Amino acid sequence: MSEFLKAVHELGLENLNNFVFCSGIGCSSWIPSPHFMADSVHTLHGRSIPVATGIKLLRPDLNVVVFGGDGDIVGIGLSHFIHAARRNMDILVIMVNNMVYGMTGGQVAPTTPFKARTTTTPYGSFEHPLDAAKLAVAAGACYVSRWTTAHANELKDSIKEALKIRGFRFVEAVSQCPTAFGRRVGLKDAGEMLKWFKENAVTVKQAENLNEEKLMGKIVVGEFVQKQRPTLAETIYKTIREAQKKVEKN
Amino acid sequence: MKPKQQRRKPLKKFPEANTYFWQGNEACAEAALAVGCRFFAGYPITPASEIAEHLSKRLPQVGGITIQMEDELASIGAVVGASWTGNKAMTATSGPGFDLMQETIGWAFMTETPCVIVDAQRAGPSTGQATKCGQGDVMQSRWGTHGDYSAIVLSPNSVQEMFELTIRAFNLAEKYRTPVVLLADEVVAHMRERITVPSSERIEIINRKKPKSGEKAFFGLEEIPPMPSVGEGFNIAVTGSTHNEYGIRFTADPMVHRQLVERLNNKIQKHSEEIAEVETCNIDNCQIGVVSFGCTSRAIYEAAEIAESKGIRVGYVRLKTIWPFPEKAVRQLAETAEKIIVPEMNLGQIFYEVQRVANGLTEVIPLNKIGGGELITPEELFEKIQGSIKNE
Repeated sequence: MSEFLKAVHELGLENLNNFVFCSGIGCSSWIPSPHFMADSVHTLHGRSIPVATGIKLLRPDLNVVVFGGDGDIVGIGLSHFIHAARRNMDILVIMVNNMVYGMTGGQVAPTTPFKARTTTTPYGSFEHPLDAAKLAVAAGACYVSRWTTAHANELKDSIKEALKIRGFRFVEAVSQCPTAFGRRVGLKDAGEMLKWFKENAVTVKQAENLNEEKLMGKIVVGEFVQKQRPTLAETIYKTIREAQKKVEKN
Repeated sequence: MKPKQQRRKPLKKFPEANTYFWQGNEACAEAALAVGCRFFAGYPITPASEIAEHLSKRLPQVGGITIQMEDELASIGAVVGASWTGNKAMTATSGPGFDLMQETIGWAFMTETPCVIVDAQRAGPSTGQATKCGQGDVMQSRWGTHGDYSAIVLSPNSVQEMFELTIRAFNLAEKYRTPVVLLADEVVAHMRERITVPSSERIEIINRKKPKSGEKAFFGLEEIPPMPSVGEGFNIAVTGSTHNEYGIRFTADPMVHRQLVERLNNKIQKHSEEIAEVETCNIDNCQIGVVSFGCTSRAIYEAAEIAESKGIRVGYVRLKTIWPFPEKAVRQLAETAEKIIVPEMNLGQIFYEVQRVANGLTEVIPLNKIGGGELITPEELFEKIQGSIKNE
């Protein structure tokens, strides 16, 4: 929350009047709503991106930002995430990834590391986690980055960067949940988790030279992509203008 | 010889007042345009797809947007989002898609978001007979989402009513700040009929009440509070969690929950007489009564004629509004008629509502038919009418 506000501040914006925040259900969904002095739409679990889509298409002048957790964005709401990137919906999605369903007590999530213990995987998770950042790149996102809460400055700069460009933008913030996750994997408090993040973070560049085995359990941080392509709203409004011209001619 | 292909007349922005030969889904789409709908999000499904197809051509011509989403969950989500920009928005689907939308319909009810959902019913459960007509979603349209809520559901029985009731659905949604379901069925959605489109001045259009600057209570104080749009500087907090009149979450306070949910239900239930619209005939003076709705009700006119010719006086209530249930008219019929017959293309749904309202005043007899999209014919209905007398 603080890094987002710092980013907005550093961009020279004095208020959030031009912003609409959408969130789903989960701890991170309460970041904008009702704490920001702005319009905030607190939607259902997994459905923040479709709602943001409806808003952005009719109000392309507004900055629409989605806050969500890993369960919200790449668990129950995964297909919306992929399709929004594919159609290049002009929204910024900030995913706070605590690798677990924290609000409901710490159940396994699609982002939980292999073999990690959670309340529903007492023998360790059988499944491998999803790499949301790579997925966003593959689906056509214009900007993708991942940082952890141990990289607060980088995270802020990254949000700042994302706010400056158009198209589908995705910032993943790997974050600690000592209560529902950390203590079950042997990390006693938030401090230990931050240390763990720092020690296990490898940059995108470093990761290029590491094989899959060596990357297991690591957190790849940095900027994955930055590019520009026409947004969905731009394409649609161009079509509308043409269709209207045609019908007026008749 | 190949028939000469006629050049289609170029479309005008809005159809002129005239008679047309339209499909039900086409009439629904044109009505949406006429009443000011500017956003449609949907997912293909038989027998509702023609609404999306028609609107994807027509909405851009009037400056609106049609988008095909990745599923029904996303479609209704985008519709609710669009409504918060101050625009009128709708989606159209059938049973399986209507299932998927239920959670968000509950959210729209809780956040008091006007929008229109068309459910062109087909034969269920599950995939069932996808291209065949059914009327099995009556109770789902009332109780589909969880929790205590009140639904407004309209039931057209002709192409003309697909037009008229679509307009009414939008007007009720805007007036009561609530989602409204247009419960059509495969028959009225797909058939082609003559339809009279009125001139635009004669179409009543209701728009939501907007707040004045400085107002803050968008979720209470008044029975139907004013609704701001995003981006107007109101700092709106929209949430599906229990909230106070300012939209602030109160997830533990019993009073806040009671007040909110009771108001949301009351704002519809208290106006049920105004919302409930019926077509009636001989309800004060008949031997046998019929309560029907949707495509099934098309049989009643002829069945009543046949009965009349045999000396049986039939009175009927045709439900143009299903929910809130038009109790007044049905009770009146129950006070007069010796028996009431309820024909439905399901195994009995409205039947129980009629029985509840009749409350022992008269015997209520179901007439159910499902499968293959076969309609209840006037003859079948007449036989039931005749049979119910013979049983005495």
